[in-house]
Formats: sequence, structure tokens, C-alpha cells
Amino acid sequence: MMPLLTTKGLSRNFGGLRAVDGVDFALMPGEIRAVIGPNGAGKTTFVSLVSGRIQPSSGMIVFDGADITNLPAYARVRLGIAYTFQITSVFANLTAYDNVALPVQRTLTDGRSKGAVHAGVMVALERTGLADRAHMPAGQLSYGHQRLLEVAMGLALKPRLLILDEPTQGLADSEIDDFIGLVREIAKGATVLLIEHNMPVVMQLADRITVFNAGKILAEGTPEQVRANAEVQDAYLGTTP
Amino acid sequence: MKEASPAKAYALHLGVIVLLFALSFVLPEYHHGLLARIMVLAVFAMGYNMLFGYVGLLSLGHAMFFSAGLYGAGLAVIHLGWSVPAAFAAGLACGALLALVIGVLALRTSGVAFMIVTMMFAQVFYLIILYFAAWTGGDQGLVVPQSARVLVLGDTSLGLTNPTVRYMSALVLFSIVLLVTLAVARSKYGRVLVAIRENEERTKMLGYDTFSNKLAAVVVSGTICAASGAAYALLFGYVGSTFASVQYSILPLLWVLLGGAATTLGPLIGTLFMYYVVDITSGYTSAYLLIVGIALILLVLFFPKGILGTIRQRWLGWLP
Repeated sequence: MMPLLTTKGLSRNFGGLRAVDGVDFALMPGEIRAVIGPNGAGKTTFVSLVSGRIQPSSGMIVFDGADITNLPAYARVRLGIAYTFQITSVFANLTAYDNVALPVQRTLTDGRSKGAVHAGVMVALERTGLADRAHMPAGQLSYGHQRLLEVAMGLALKPRLLILDEPTQGLADSEIDDFIGLVREIAKGATVLLIEHNMPVVMQLADRITVFNAGKILAEGTPEQVRANAEVQDAYLGTTP
Repeated sequence: MKEASPAKAYALHLGVIVLLFALSFVLPEYHHGLLARIMVLAVFAMGYNMLFGYVGLLSLGHAMFFSAGLYGAGLAVIHLGWSVPAAFAAGLACGALLALVIGVLALRTSGVAFMIVTMMFAQVFYLIILYFAAWTGGDQGLVVPQSARVLVLGDTSLGLTNPTVRYMSALVLFSIVLLVTLAVARSKYGRVLVAIRENEERTKMLGYDTFSNKLAAVVVSGTICAASGAAYALLFGYVGSTFASVQYSILPLLWVLLGGAATTLGPLIGTLFMYYVVDITSGYTSAYLLIVGIALILLVLFFPKGILGTIRQRWLGWLP
């Protein structure tokens, strides 16, 4: 089977710092892949390169067989790469409805979905449990609901690859359980690339884990393999006494 | 917000148009003429609001779009002897083309740099008008001859110097632009413009080419302002470089801020308010600018989002 996403020698320098350093990465369709690593390991920079928010210094990104290295971010979104922000970045002054209507009308314009804006919006809001808050300004929603709205916006883009950047940050434990269910639900229709610090969430969700350290891939494998890897334990997980 | 009570919003706008129509028959001569002028300039303010209110781009150079329409229409009549409709179309075309070129260049910047760049382009435009005084009349301006200001519709010819014809022409233009603004504000495109104003980076990550959307908004805004300028030249018969000066870039900003940015009727309210405050106070004292200043300060204190913007926020959430 052909990978959905591959990167070859992907690098990005910030001044003298190599935030991402020659990363070769492949993601198979339908998998849930977690990216973990210590702070400053280059995880967010890596997914920003994939989503097109920043341009690589060198290297190549291939999505579904096509070279997308030089495509602007908005064009990648139209190909089906959706990115949800690490720091909640909903349109605070717009209603939850309008927040979701924006991605819905985009996919309608692109011909990637059919029907009316209203129906598409309500489906995405219902899947994330926000339907009864549709007409509240997003800025007045609780933090947990804003995170869910962020996911609803990502879902409404009908992504083939959904990139979630620390989605559970700041959520209560009860909310996290719901969230795990939601990601499993999403993964039935899309490939998920997840940056996450919360290890129980990673171990429950991920089919495979990629460990970043100092801009490079340190290890990759199933949760069991990664857990057993001595290098990973040194760099990140902490050794058990 | 956008789903709520569209019928109410349309009824309100049609009501305003009917009211303005009825006023034509009851207003004394002086106010009749003033209101015609206010409606034409409110079109200028609505064009400005399209970019400033909805997209959040603060331009300090919109005088150039107004005067592109003013000179485009005026010079076509004076030098080329074009008919009124052809001259109006020439004014629109000048404004649209200028807006496209300026948009491509100025949208490479944002924020304060955008303000400065648009202001500089407007100054260049102003100086070009003064430089080509042989055609433009320089700082004296030009008068569009009364004989040329006749609108021929089939067998009837309407003199645009006739107060009723002038008022009704201004009202027709105003109504069209008002309904266009309302339609844009309620459309999918309007939703994207507001999203760009609120968070451009996020809008890109939802798959929108924000540059193209902003450029389209600059062109629509510039064309509406040019329509106002072209109508001004044809209805009031004067084409002058004052209209290209920086003062006329700041006035629409003031009108929109007063009436309420990103409200459809705010530009009319703001223009009307400013004109009448100046008109009334200058009847009592020569220091009328002092009173205008105090009125503006009070408005900013008690109506920080403009008259309609504050009304919408506090009482009437359904206002478009």
C-alpha cells in the first residue's frame, strides 16, 4: 500500500537552530499516528511544515503521490490536509455556527462535499456535541468546548489527513475520555496525525508512535516497542527505577 | 447572527429606502439638496465600509478611488463629450482598474504599513491631478457644463440639474449600493471577509486564499467609491482636486466609525449625522468645529462602536 504522506530529508532552520533536521517520515492511510518527544524536539515545526504554515529549508513533502512542497497552506487544505491549532484559535467573535460554516462552505466550493451549508454545519456540531450551543459566540464557550469546536472545524473540512496539535491540553479527565472516543470515530474516515504529551492518551489511541528528539526521528514503532525502547526512555519517558 | 430574521433586515432596508423616497416630497428645498448630496457621499462611505468594516483593512487612500470616478466621469463628459451613462461607466471602470492595481501592490502589506502605502498612493494620485492641470483644471477644478448633464432615456431627457431628478438619481444609486452591501454581508463571501478580519492566519488554514479574497474586496470597495465620485461629478457638476486630497480619505473613515463599522446602514447614519451637526452648529457660531469635536468625543465615549454598532450590540442583535 502506498503511504498517504511521506517526507524526504525534510529540514527547517531558524537561524542557526535546526528545528527539523533531515526527517524521513511515512504515514499509511487510515492509521492513527502519535508524534511525541520532549519540548523543543521539533514536533510542532514538523507538522507546520506538513500543513504548509511554514516553508521548509530543504527536503520534500509528498501527499497522496503528489509533490506538495511548494504549495501554499490553503491549497494543501483543499487537498485534504487539515490542521487544528495547539493554542485554541477559533473565531472568538463569531458564533460556533459561523466558525463551522467557514470550513463547510469551503468544501462545498471545492466540490468535496454536497448539500447545503446548514446541514453540513449541524452534522459537524452534532458529532462534537456542540449543536445546542450553535448560536453562542465562540469566545463565550468554555475552554473544553472551544477545543471541541476546533475539532469540529477540522472535521468539517472533510480531511483525509487530520493533524491534531496537542488536542487534550487543558481538558479535564472526563473530557479527555470523550475526546478519545471522538478521535477513534474520526479515524474511521481519515488518517490522524497527533502530537500529544498525555501518555495514557497516546498509548490508547496510537497505532504507531514516532519519537522526535532534537529535530530528528529517534525511534518509531508500535506503542509496546516504543515503551520498551531504552533510548526513548532516556530522552523522554523517564526510566522506571 | 446571519441566520436570524432575514425578513426583518430586508424590511428595515426597504423601509429606509421608502422613507428617503417620501422625504423628497416634503423636505424644504435646502434640505432636499443637502440630502441628495449626503446620499451620494453615503455611497462613498458604504464603499469604504466594505473594506474597513468587513475585512478590517484601514485604508487612508480612498480619496483616490472616489476621485478616479469623479475625474473618470467628469473628464469623459468635458473632453470627450460622452453621454451621461457612458461617462458614469467610464468612472466605474477607472475606479475598478485603479483599485485592482493598488490592491495588488498595497496588499503585500498589512496594518500600519497598509495605511501608509494607501495614503502615499493617494498623494501620488492627487499630485498627478495637479500636474496635468491642462486637462484636469489643476487646483481650480472643472465645471461640468449643464448642457452635458442630461440623461436621455428613450424619448425623454432628464436634466440632472433638476432637483427632483438629481434627488431620485442619488436615491437609485444609494439603494442599489445599500442592497448590494446587504447581500454581500449576508453571503458566504461576506462570512469569509469577516473571518479574515478576525483571524487571517486561521482563515488560510481553513483553505481560503486570503490574498484573492482581500483583493476582490479592494476592487468592490474601490468601484463603489468610484460610483459615488462619478455620480457626484454628473449630479453636482463639479470636478475638483480637493476631493483627491487626504481630507477626503479621512472623511469616509470618520463617517463609518460614527455610524458603525460593519453595519449596512451605519455609513448613511454617520454621513447624515456629520453633515447635520456641521450644518446646525455653523448656523449659531463660527467656532462650530469645536462643537463638532465635542460631539465626536461624546460619541466615542458612549457609542464606541458607532451609533448603529452600539445599538446592535446592546439592543438589536439582528441588525445586519
